[in-house]
Amino acid sequence: MSVRAFRVLLLLAFAAAANAQIAPAERRSGYEDMGQATRAMQDDDAVNPATLWVLEGESLWRKKTGAAAVACADCHQDLRGAAARHPAYDAATGTLVNLEQRINQCRTVRQQAPALAYESRALLALTAYVGRQSRGLPIQVEASERTKPFLDAGRATFLRRQGQLNLACTQCHDERAGRRLAGVTIPQGHPTAYPIYRLEWQGVGSLHRRLRNCMIGIRAEPYALGSQGYVELEMYLMWRARGMPLESPGVRP
Amino acid sequence: MARVVVTVPSQARRGEILQIRTLAGHDMETGFRHTQAGERIPRDIITRFACSYNGVEVFSAELHPAMAANPLIEFTTVATDSGTLEFRWSGDNGYSAAHSASIIVV
Repeated sequence: MSVRAFRVLLLLAFAAAANAQIAPAERRSGYEDMGQATRAMQDDDAVNPATLWVLEGESLWRKKTGAAAVACADCHQDLRGAAARHPAYDAATGTLVNLEQRINQCRTVRQQAPALAYESRALLALTAYVGRQSRGLPIQVEASERTKPFLDAGRATFLRRQGQLNLACTQCHDERAGRRLAGVTIPQGHPTAYPIYRLEWQGVGSLHRRLRNCMIGIRAEPYALGSQGYVELEMYLMWRARGMPLESPGVRP
Repeated sequence: MARVVVTVPSQARRGEILQIRTLAGHDMETGFRHTQAGERIPRDIITRFACSYNGVEVFSAELHPAMAANPLIEFTTVATDSGTLEFRWSGDNGYSAAHSASIIVV
């Protein structure tokens, strides 16, 4: 092999390593890596424990709340597709908001009620209820000029090494996805089913709780739930999973 | 919050085996965990579940601390007559939940 050909090969190898993204056709939801019993649990609303949250969300949806005494149901017939579109750019504040934050925004502005705490049962219930309406729809977050800075920031977080273990998200979820970590298949990390009922948690939790989990795992300092850093990362992950069907509320081991 | 999800067929043929699935929302605190301050978190679980079919108990279960949160109980019974199925959960700290479903047997 000539020196030149070797150099070209070397360059190609570097390019592959730097851009180790998963090809769109090879993306798989964590659902496909689960056991048959867990899949059946997710697919059937009668046994999916997240149904308890969905039902609670439905009653909150119909309840007149706040100083304005309006219910979600008074303005919205349903929010089909909303969960597949978030995080979304909010023109009023010039920031990126995720579904939980959008619900809270509606609460404080339209219902004039106090915002629900992030990861509170009520907020998870409402998010699960709204998420359920988008089940099966393809994820479609807006990738445009105005969301670009957030998307880029999220991608930078995904690619940045951090924590005492000095690991970047991409090292596990792009480069080593599908391989094993302590007997468990490393998922590609697509946020297709949030909020999820995680069997380990024995309850429903948000994507931010899951991200916090990962960051503690690599011994990095986790952000606050609902913080801008997580929303940007969420934006990148949703963009990365664009076109994949939403499974909310999912079940994960 | 005593929320339950019960799935029972609304109609069945006489003698048919009915598959019944129940899901009860409960944290099922085992009583073995401690807070960071070292205090024991008291046990708070569902202790008993029972189903009666037209007043006759057809299934019951005792639940213990090893049960997962939001216990799913699935069982079968034979369709005998039209009527109602009553489901009852009871547990620590006065927890109780009930649900009833009607069934038509032809």
